Amino acid sequence: MSTPQTGPIVKAGGAAADYVDERVGVSKFLKKNLTKVFPDHWSFMLGEIALYSFIVLLLSGTFLSLFFKPSMTEAPYHGSYIPLNGIPMSEAYASTINISFDIRGGLLMRQVHHWAALLFLAAITVHLLRVFFTGAFRKPREMNWLIGNGLLTLGILEGFAGYSLPDDLLSGTGLRIADGIVQGIPVVGTYASFMIFGGEFPGTDFIPRLYIVHVLLIPGIILGLITAHLMLVWYQKHTQFPGPGRTEGNVVGYPLFPVYTAKAGGFFFVVFGITVLLSAVASINPVWLFGPYTPTEITAGSQPDWYMGWLDGALRLMPNVEINAWGHTLSLNVLVPSVIIPGILFTAMALYPFLEQWATGDKREHHLLDRPRNMPTRTAIGTMSLSFYILLWIGGDNDIIATHFDMSINAITWTLRVMVFVVPPLVFVITKRFCLSLQRRDRDKLLHGYETGTIMRMPSGEYIEVHAPVSAEERAKLLAGHTYRPLELDREPDENGVLPKRKPLDAARARLSAFYYAERIEKPTPEELHEAEHHAHELEESYLAQIEGGSAPAGSEHAPTRSEH
Amino acid sequence: MSSDSHDLVSADDAAHPENPLAPGLPEHKLRRTDIDPRAAKRAERQVSLLFVIGALTPIIFFFEYVYIPSDKLIHVPLIGDTSASNFFLGLTMGIGLFCVGAGAIHWAKKLMPDVEEVSERHQLRGTDAEREEAVSQFNAGVESSGFGQYKMIRRTLIGALAATPLFAVPLLKDLGPLPGNKLRYTLWAPGVRIVSDVSLNPIKPEDIPFGGLVSCVPENLAAVEAATGNLNARAKVPVVLVRMRPEEIRAQQGKNWDYQGILCYSKICTHVGCPTALYDRKSHHLLCPCHQSTFDLSDAGHVVFGPAARSMPQLAITVNADGYLVAQHDFTQPVGPSFWERG
Repeated sequence: MSTPQTGPIVKAGGAAADYVDERVGVSKFLKKNLTKVFPDHWSFMLGEIALYSFIVLLLSGTFLSLFFKPSMTEAPYHGSYIPLNGIPMSEAYASTINISFDIRGGLLMRQVHHWAALLFLAAITVHLLRVFFTGAFRKPREMNWLIGNGLLTLGILEGFAGYSLPDDLLSGTGLRIADGIVQGIPVVGTYASFMIFGGEFPGTDFIPRLYIVHVLLIPGIILGLITAHLMLVWYQKHTQFPGPGRTEGNVVGYPLFPVYTAKAGGFFFVVFGITVLLSAVASINPVWLFGPYTPTEITAGSQPDWYMGWLDGALRLMPNVEINAWGHTLSLNVLVPSVIIPGILFTAMALYPFLEQWATGDKREHHLLDRPRNMPTRTAIGTMSLSFYILLWIGGDNDIIATHFDMSINAITWTLRVMVFVVPPLVFVITKRFCLSLQRRDRDKLLHGYETGTIMRMPSGEYIEVHAPVSAEERAKLLAGHTYRPLELDREPDENGVLPKRKPLDAARARLSAFYYAERIEKPTPEELHEAEHHAHELEESYLAQIEGGSAPAGSEHAPTRSEH
Repeated sequence: MSSDSHDLVSADDAAHPENPLAPGLPEHKLRRTDIDPRAAKRAERQVSLLFVIGALTPIIFFFEYVYIPSDKLIHVPLIGDTSASNFFLGLTMGIGLFCVGAGAIHWAKKLMPDVEEVSERHQLRGTDAEREEAVSQFNAGVESSGFGQYKMIRRTLIGALAATPLFAVPLLKDLGPLPGNKLRYTLWAPGVRIVSDVSLNPIKPEDIPFGGLVSCVPENLAAVEAATGNLNARAKVPVVLVRMRPEEIRAQQGKNWDYQGILCYSKICTHVGCPTALYDRKSHHLLCPCHQSTFDLSDAGHVVFGPAARSMPQLAITVNADGYLVAQHDFTQPVGPSFWERG
């Protein structure tokens, strides 16, 4: 290892590097970046999975585009899949069947593409949750949070566009629903619908239009946003979890080259490999079983891809409210679940970092991640929103639940309609209590040590449990983080004794801040830690005295029991 | 705001006198491969084996591609009958890619240095001097361009930049025709025969059993589709025929719109336009499988459950001189989802 290898490959590599450096000065860039440090944690790989699935999507999608015909021209099918022989269908659907049955490896690539899409959105979603619950969105990373939100939104649109392209019965029905939603938009709905579909639904323009949106427009924007997302991570350096030696001012981890190059490069192949294995053993979107799209037919129990489930569920759970007045129709039963609710959720999500910063009043940079328990209100808001999302998602499966468990679909729907209002606030309260309890336990551990499980019997007959101080690593973890207190926006009189005018939103800001931080568990102060240490020391001495002296000394009322702290 | 923010935050960990993060990194522990040359050699062989598998799988893949016919089915336990080509190609490719990745990760974890390094962060914000310089350079540029001086240029430039996107407006207009009243009319017209959606045969009243449901389209649909080459007409015309005993019919949308207890309703859900499908002959409920809107066909198609707000439109029917079921006239209201102009 110590002597440099000078094989032909190394020589050729050196020559190439020399050639490039003389023209673009690449050595200056490499010198700075090859040893760039990245922190290690399993949860930091979630975003990587999203990135790698996107690359898999580009590769498999390019293959599919060589054979797919984005055309709605109808013709009877005469291919190798006998059950559909002679049935009229669009070229889009026929070419999808051909890819599945006549192109060798075509079915594999189709399934890889679909599985990778599901994985892409799943990884983005879990990555988003990780970023949210650990506070990685805080300054200076708010812009990257917004980019990430944009990527999630575009990813959902791109996924929907992709599974609509084959023009099978399932996806065509999905498009019919999309058209119904567009028509439900007030004032411009029918105009928008006619412009999107080139006239009445379904027309013959839509699949070609959707195709270019799916293969060029959206992926182009996604690629640009991913580039910006990664450049910001690179430039601002990755966040890290608190631990010994890890501060707000440093990054602790492994260098980009060689360790991360091998790990991340290897992980790409692992993600790709697992996606291909899934596609080998688990059939997905068997469009040949659904048949070609026709507006007159439908299959019962049809389900969209998972990331559309919550939207479908919202559409199912919404009561049938429609307003008719002055010759116009406002379809709240469609508008609320498919436009207003997603609009509110995504807007709130995008604005969250700014809202929290406003409540906290903290304008400093944050590079150490929060343990979710240390930010109880944020964590509770997160689980509350998640429970709302999951309930809507379950709503999207109400027919499947009804048939599998032989339950009344009406009862399920009504139960969920009530639950979407009742459960999220409950989840909020429970999560917040849970976080506060965990914080209390952490504080206890810091002040009184952890329970060793060792029970000692004193000469006096008294039983005590021995507590031991936590390790330095544990201590570092438990002490990290800030304790925020509600903002006090009291006005102070200026030098003339005049109170300045109250800022218009101060009252709201103070209330929000109190909502966040009125209830809190303070981290032990240095004095408290010091005193606790002193106290522990005294106790130890008193035990020793007891054991050696064989009788209870004066201080024995201080003997610890589980209930004392 | 920045001035009032700092003192409101307690116990900043960097300022915490008992700052536990200060002691530094925990001691590095050597791995087996760091101290035992045999373990290192073993790891080297493991990594190489994974890479060898990665290198061989494309060759196996090549043979599978050539020799497994794409229409061959095999039975795989737990999966069932599946395409042999898809199964073996996928298995080979998946294992190969996975092994390449696993080899690289194994290499990194066992043989590459695992000493964590510390790198300092630098403030992202520019220094005050840098900011000042940037601002003064920018101002100098604004100054020298005359952007501030030539008011007319400034205003006309803003006007021009605001106006250029307008080129797109007329260009996008031809994306589609205006809706007009297209959503209000379907192919149904007086005397148009009702034919089965499957056989395309015209239907006589006696063909409809009590409690049965028949999906139908207008007879002229096939000709229209052949002429237009699209499914637009088909998206609006589907109907269902159901037969009840006259005393079971509690209400209809028009007087004598049934024919001897045979009722004809649109098949397109008034929620977001899925075709309805599931009919319960006892309750006469018609259910849309997309979002479970339920319509009572014995009671003028009223919504009894689900997110749909409007009754299912009824088509008035009768029989013609030959005894076939025909429409009396088109629907009297738009079929399918609601829209702003529907009223």
